[in-house]
Amino acid sequence: MKFNSVIIGGGLAGLVAGISLQKEGLSTAIISTGQNALHFFSGSFESLREPAPRIAELFSEAGIGIHYSEGVRLMPLGTFREAALSLDDVSIFPTSHFARKALIVGVTGYQDFFGSFLAEGLEKKGIQCRLRNFSLPELDTFRQSAGEMRSVQIAPILDRVWESAVREIRVLLKDEDAVILPQIFGFQDISVPGKIRREIPAKVVFAGTMPPSVPGIRTQRLLKRRYETLGGTYLAGDEALSAHVHKGTVHSIVTKNLDSHYLEADNFILASGGFFSKGMKSNPFQILEPVFGLDVEFASDRNDWYDPDFMKDQPYMGYGVRTDSSLRAIAGGEMMENLFAVGSILGGTRPELGSGAGLAIRSALAAVDEILKTGKR
Amino acid sequence: MKLQEITESRHNFEECMKCTVCTAYCPVLQVNPLYPGPKQAGPDGERLRLKDPFFFNYALKYCMNCKRCEVACPSDVKVADLIQSARIRYDKSKPKLRDRILASTDFMGSLARPFAPIVNGITGLGITKAALDATLKIDRHRTFPKYSGRSFEAWLRRRSREQAAFPEQVAYFHGCYVNYNNPALGKDLVKVLNALDTGVQLLEKEKCCGIALITNGMSDDARKHATHNVSVIRKAAVDKKLKVVATSSSCVLTLREEYPNLLGVDNSDIRDSIVMASRYIFERLEKGATLKFREDYHKRIAYHTPCHMEKLGWGVFSEKLLRMIPGIEFTLLDSACCGIAGTYGFKKENYESSQAVGEALFSQIRSVNPDIVACDCETCKWQIEMSTGYQVLNPISILAEALAD
Repeated sequence: MKFNSVIIGGGLAGLVAGISLQKEGLSTAIISTGQNALHFFSGSFESLREPAPRIAELFSEAGIGIHYSEGVRLMPLGTFREAALSLDDVSIFPTSHFARKALIVGVTGYQDFFGSFLAEGLEKKGIQCRLRNFSLPELDTFRQSAGEMRSVQIAPILDRVWESAVREIRVLLKDEDAVILPQIFGFQDISVPGKIRREIPAKVVFAGTMPPSVPGIRTQRLLKRRYETLGGTYLAGDEALSAHVHKGTVHSIVTKNLDSHYLEADNFILASGGFFSKGMKSNPFQILEPVFGLDVEFASDRNDWYDPDFMKDQPYMGYGVRTDSSLRAIAGGEMMENLFAVGSILGGTRPELGSGAGLAIRSALAAVDEILKTGKR
Repeated sequence: MKLQEITESRHNFEECMKCTVCTAYCPVLQVNPLYPGPKQAGPDGERLRLKDPFFFNYALKYCMNCKRCEVACPSDVKVADLIQSARIRYDKSKPKLRDRILASTDFMGSLARPFAPIVNGITGLGITKAALDATLKIDRHRTFPKYSGRSFEAWLRRRSREQAAFPEQVAYFHGCYVNYNNPALGKDLVKVLNALDTGVQLLEKEKCCGIALITNGMSDDARKHATHNVSVIRKAAVDKKLKVVATSSSCVLTLREEYPNLLGVDNSDIRDSIVMASRYIFERLEKGATLKFREDYHKRIAYHTPCHMEKLGWGVFSEKLLRMIPGIEFTLLDSACCGIAGTYGFKKENYESSQAVGEALFSQIRSVNPDIVACDCETCKWQIEMSTGYQVLNPISILAEALAD
């Protein structure tokens, strides 16, 4: 099968690249080996601020609301961080003194939301907090196995019964001017968080939870739908195994599901992610990029890959593939003519600072620009 | 690397890093609170079951084996295989009469076929449905697929000489559905392949692929079918060097993946020869063969990727084939389970879950409002037709309909 561009990786970087190329009329395929980092998404595209028009357009056409303003946003442990471009689920405030008193409401039995941590952090800022839980008969059945009362189980139900949830929350609300809820609303129905904001007579803030991330999964689904609507081919659950490369030019990719049926293209984008997504693999001796065997930068002594102090910066987190300034990947010291590396597989990044989402978008768009520049159509 | 290969756990379950992504894509979990979900039923439960089979949970029967957890898993854990293997290994309950009946698709087909008009008349009656509902717990909303008076095998056997005259040859694993219920689909495949100068042969004597036997707790019977099928496919694929094509994505997934992974039946020498007909046709066209289409064929087609086609990763072939037909307005439906999962949705206790699972797909179909829904799975077809009223055709049948004479 032949495409203009084949993209390895179906997460944020791969989808942004795929959507942008399809919009330019170029045919693409995305090879996606299982789901991706969007499932752990905080809701903020760290390191991005006011979106460039093309980013704003890309998200709005996919039906995903994003916004930015100067200020701060609430983190899951009750601290604040400088605002970044965010999904509409995330509130941005001019200052951290966004309320006098806050009511923090969890869901009975749901353990992936840490209300007490939030309260501890907020009280240090002088915001008085009260912690409560609510339950609904529709959610009771899940508590039969409380260990599995996860966001993705209760979120679809909350989509249907959000009005009852609002009623329960309004009963709990006394004189607080803010209500903090877990970010588990709007799994399928993107309008739910907005409706909840309107129906509760206080500032409603959705705070991050442990994964899976409900806004992240929704974002993944909407971006994929947008990509497929534009005619893109999303190969879910497939895996790029190897490539046919001749004199620095990639010709085709071999995948697990398509075996002898190679995916040919003029351009290739490697958006396969870091260690978790198996974009990079390690063994006791080296760190490698498994599809093309690209050059990876890492310390030669394995003891230098990590810091024994778990809480310190871990050097291996910054390891990744080498590219030139146009994001063309490098193998054996030679530049690959038509292979671009984007997203968290790039070396020198700092995922522990949460810069992944911003990097994914910016590098994907840069690679798209390079492809458009070469004019191979 | 070597060490890892040696120590690879069964169905890769030790690769699970508890990310819970699979739980987000399990259609059952979202509608049936009795089901513990793929993570707990699969890799989490496996650790416990390995310690003591006591930890086997009978709620694993609610797994539809749609494999969406495996498609979503970033760590290549064979979540659904773990669940089905656990059922095979630890579930000692005897399958009910109803489950035996539902699972024995080829046996029931061969019984019903000679009396097709009578059987069809009886199973269509409200009173029969009510009786089946009350006695066997087969949900009364379901309509049994109609039986055809003449089997596809008999039809093709009478044409074997004319088929043998074509320069290219393939073998066809038609499956129970084409043989007993819908020979028209088989005839459509013959029409399309003949247009590609390719003749169609039967396998020496195929049996049901066995998928319904596996999910209904009759794995010993399934293993017998698998051993038999592998040997007859071997005669076509190895001895005669033929491709073996099929029009049902669940048959193909079972023949290629479930035989070795769940039943322990080695198919390594024939696995690559078994392909969906849509892949075979697409590859022939890509290599230069041509099909001539009618100019007056105008249809709005919405393609639904069946779960097992999604797992195979081959929906792209059906999609690209349909897009080749001029005059077709094509919509790719969001990847979602229709809820039927073979015999699963026929069972009274699953009816509500089954319909709830499919609702997202049904409402998208209603809003797209196509002329035809295309899909490569017969049970998805029954479910979508019953639940939406839209006609569902296999992509091969649409291709045949659009061919110029």
